[in-house]
Amino acid sequence: MLNWPILSTITFLPLVGAGIIFFFIHGDEEVHRRNMRHVALGVTVVTFLVSLLLWIGFDPQNPGFQFVENADWLGGFMSYRMGVDGISMLFVILTTFLMPLCILASWESVQSRVKEYMIAFLVLETLMIGVFCALDLVLFYVFFEGGLIPMFLIIGVWGGPRRVYSAFKFFLYTLLGSVLMLLALMAMYWDAGTTSIPELLNHQFPASMQFWLWLAFFASFAVKMPMWPVHTWLPDAHVEAPTAGSVILAGILLKMGGYGFLRFSLPMFPLASAEFAPLVYTLSVIAIIYTSLVALAQEDMKKLIAYSSVAHMGFVTMGIFTVTAQGVQGGIFQMLSHGLVSGALFLCVGVIYDRLHTRKIDAYGGLVNRMPWYAFAFLLFTMANIGLPGTSGFVGEFLTMLGAFRVNTWVALFAASGVIFSACYALWLYRRVVLGQLEKESLKAMLDLSGREKLILVPLMLLVLFFGVYPQPVMNVTAASVDNLVAQVEAAREGATSAAMLGR
Amino acid sequence: MPEVIMMPTLTPLLAELVLALGALGLLMFGVFAGERSAPTVTGVSIGLLGLAVLLVLFAGGDGTTFNGAFIQDSFARFMKVLTLIASGFAIAMSVGYARLAGFQRFEYPILIVLATLGMLLMISANDLISLYLGLELQSLAIYVLAAIHRDSIRSTEAGLKYFVLGALSSGMLLYGSSLVYGFTGHTNFIEIANVLADGRSTGLVIGLVFVMAGLAFKISAVPFHMWTPDVYEGAPTPVTAFLAAAPKLAAMALTIRVVTEAFAPISMDWQQIVAFVSIASMVLGAFAAIGQRNIKRLMAYSSIGHMGYALVGLAAGTELGVQSVIVYLVIYVPMTLGAFACILSMRRQEHMVEDIESLAGLSRTQPMTAFMLGAIMFSLAGIPPLAGFFAKYYVFLAAIEANLYWLAVIGVVMSVVGAFYYLRIVKLMYFDEAEASFERMPGELKAVLVLSGAFVVAFLVFASPIINAAGTAAASLF
Repeated sequence: MLNWPILSTITFLPLVGAGIIFFFIHGDEEVHRRNMRHVALGVTVVTFLVSLLLWIGFDPQNPGFQFVENADWLGGFMSYRMGVDGISMLFVILTTFLMPLCILASWESVQSRVKEYMIAFLVLETLMIGVFCALDLVLFYVFFEGGLIPMFLIIGVWGGPRRVYSAFKFFLYTLLGSVLMLLALMAMYWDAGTTSIPELLNHQFPASMQFWLWLAFFASFAVKMPMWPVHTWLPDAHVEAPTAGSVILAGILLKMGGYGFLRFSLPMFPLASAEFAPLVYTLSVIAIIYTSLVALAQEDMKKLIAYSSVAHMGFVTMGIFTVTAQGVQGGIFQMLSHGLVSGALFLCVGVIYDRLHTRKIDAYGGLVNRMPWYAFAFLLFTMANIGLPGTSGFVGEFLTMLGAFRVNTWVALFAASGVIFSACYALWLYRRVVLGQLEKESLKAMLDLSGREKLILVPLMLLVLFFGVYPQPVMNVTAASVDNLVAQVEAAREGATSAAMLGR
Repeated sequence: MPEVIMMPTLTPLLAELVLALGALGLLMFGVFAGERSAPTVTGVSIGLLGLAVLLVLFAGGDGTTFNGAFIQDSFARFMKVLTLIASGFAIAMSVGYARLAGFQRFEYPILIVLATLGMLLMISANDLISLYLGLELQSLAIYVLAAIHRDSIRSTEAGLKYFVLGALSSGMLLYGSSLVYGFTGHTNFIEIANVLADGRSTGLVIGLVFVMAGLAFKISAVPFHMWTPDVYEGAPTPVTAFLAAAPKLAAMALTIRVVTEAFAPISMDWQQIVAFVSIASMVLGAFAAIGQRNIKRLMAYSSIGHMGYALVGLAAGTELGVQSVIVYLVIYVPMTLGAFACILSMRRQEHMVEDIESLAGLSRTQPMTAFMLGAIMFSLAGIPPLAGFFAKYYVFLAAIEANLYWLAVIGVVMSVVGAFYYLRIVKLMYFDEAEASFERMPGELKAVLVLSGAFVVAFLVFASPIINAAGTAAASLF
């Protein structure tokens, strides 16, 4: 058991599934499609179950990396290293948890090119898990960028009417952000002589170099996150992507930006992070307020949720860069919670989109009369999105604001106003779609949630409530690593200050 | 004492001898047997190239011969094997085309063998004179190849254009060589380097510039790239496939050897030239390809861009830099051959189609081809985890080590611009609806495509030996 490479197993299991579909299931009859769906579902469920072993075997007291694997790769200059700590472990589980739901959500709505669809999703899962497990800079980059290919295809092949534009925008935008990070990785290699993340975490980069490296990483993660003003690819990508694509985009891909800040920017460039923190606060606050206002004006449900994602990610960046235990833990919690909530909201939109094939808010109204189950689920997730106490959304927002308050009260004040705005757009959306009289003819034949849809939404509802009331399991896992991270950053900053004083 | 004429040792150039004698023998055979001998000649030519690979790998005999004009070392061996493989595949890929387009000429494989012989001589050239001889042998054979469709206006135009511009570049190279000789008194690379170690004169820099211009023409780097799109478009497609791979390898290897051996002491001078040429090629390759509608022209601009990326590694001027160029070329060859295997299979109603739009919906009509070509396109764009990413990774790693930050930044930004047109092909194949399907793909093209697709996808798993071998090859130059 000790030598069993569990992280590689989790990472590459979906790829094996993709291989099975690629090589062994041919044909486009209904029976083939069903087989493909079953294989994909089976593989993702097994992956999820295996990944739970990770949580069970995880030692929350240990702030370092666990389940570490090490191998040589491509003749030096890079290595194959895997490992998780308290920060990354839960993202792996979030990924494996959301994947089966995505496959289920595409069960009926995707009828064309099922084979390619399932392969793309399984490959994407491998790449996403790899991002959170990689302990080598180059390996991380390979997974991080590799995810663009399947996502590009998912948006472009199975997307809406403007899918081509959105797919290109998504791809080129994120690629442009990331290539500068690639150069930064190389510069780090030449300075530190290694690409191993655990070793780099203990390496002190010169202050002037940190400045540039931080900016290069920021270019990549800010686009991925996305932060205002480089968020414009997100609404387009979300609107055009198929439901499951949106879930993955909002649930996992956005989290890679936040994870990157936690894994690289903060601990490796602590001085530059301190220097740039005001910039990050400003951008975060603008994101929270501005995109919330933009969300208010949206006519398209998915676009509205996309803008709300940008606003919620503003809380995350704000929390992370406070470098307080509360802020960072809040940021992590907010990311996990948002992964569940926004994923669920996109699934909710997908439910009615499958029935009416429009995402226009005007096309709906009074759905509560025909779809009580749906109305209940949607209400719960809307409340979680607002951050109502008792739902998981509250914990993250509260903690990040707590962290911000300790560092800068103005930032906290503006961020708190964002909570009110989020209530405005979310409740208004809910009122326009679900409440009121059922007047439109087209809606009178709408059916309530099917068994499959309940199967997707109920676990999400339970988790959102559970973590809202009892966030302890998550906090326990992350605490040691976060404390270690915060202490490390503070030590580096104090070291720099005392060095500067000595120099004077 | 009577003068004794020593017979030079021939062991370092066994492969070249085999190719030369084999090509001449085949020519005789072809002349006497007539047009019907084409399939036999093709088969034997591939066999010859295969034999040459074995000789290069296992015959031994590292060292110099012909008074230092010819050198065999790990670098030469590595590049020769790569060139021979690329040429062999190019011959194999022409078989189906020859059958379908009524293009069965026994001269075709023989000319490729002769051109390849020229390339091997270029790779092993250690003297300005042997450099020129190898280069001309290669170029003359390729001029004829480009114009081999005698009845086609486009093909003859391509051949003529290539010939006129090629002759101009040879002139520049010769002029540069004579200046270098004039200012150093030597034609041997080692001797030149010895003289230059004591300082250089301005006149020599002019010579260097001319030599570099002549070499840049052969690797079709900006600003000596003008012939590339026209020749790529006009030449018969199998010839283009050949042109895009093997000659670039040889010319790049030659450039590497010239600058790292003969001009090593004045690296500051040539690094500037290489960096400029590299930036110009990357920028032009990225932007000019966007507007192309003909896939052969697109591949021409793409190859210009890729030579720019490869030169990034050379601009670094370090051992790692040379290693990265070699790795880049190793990855570039299968990507190019795979892409051309697809282009060669774009046939409808007995005609080749070259319009990019005709790839629309390929993922529906030929899912396997579309998948492989898609992987190759993503790889050309440099997206991980495909091979093209690692190619770019190593050259930029070398550039960063040499503190060439601006070169690297421009390079990666241009790779994003370039990604646009590679993505456009993926978009056509996967996002758009099919209009009509192509004819069945001939078996040998399918094999080339699957091989190169597999190489591109699985590179990150098996590539350690290749990268280590490239390291050994690069080390033999320093």
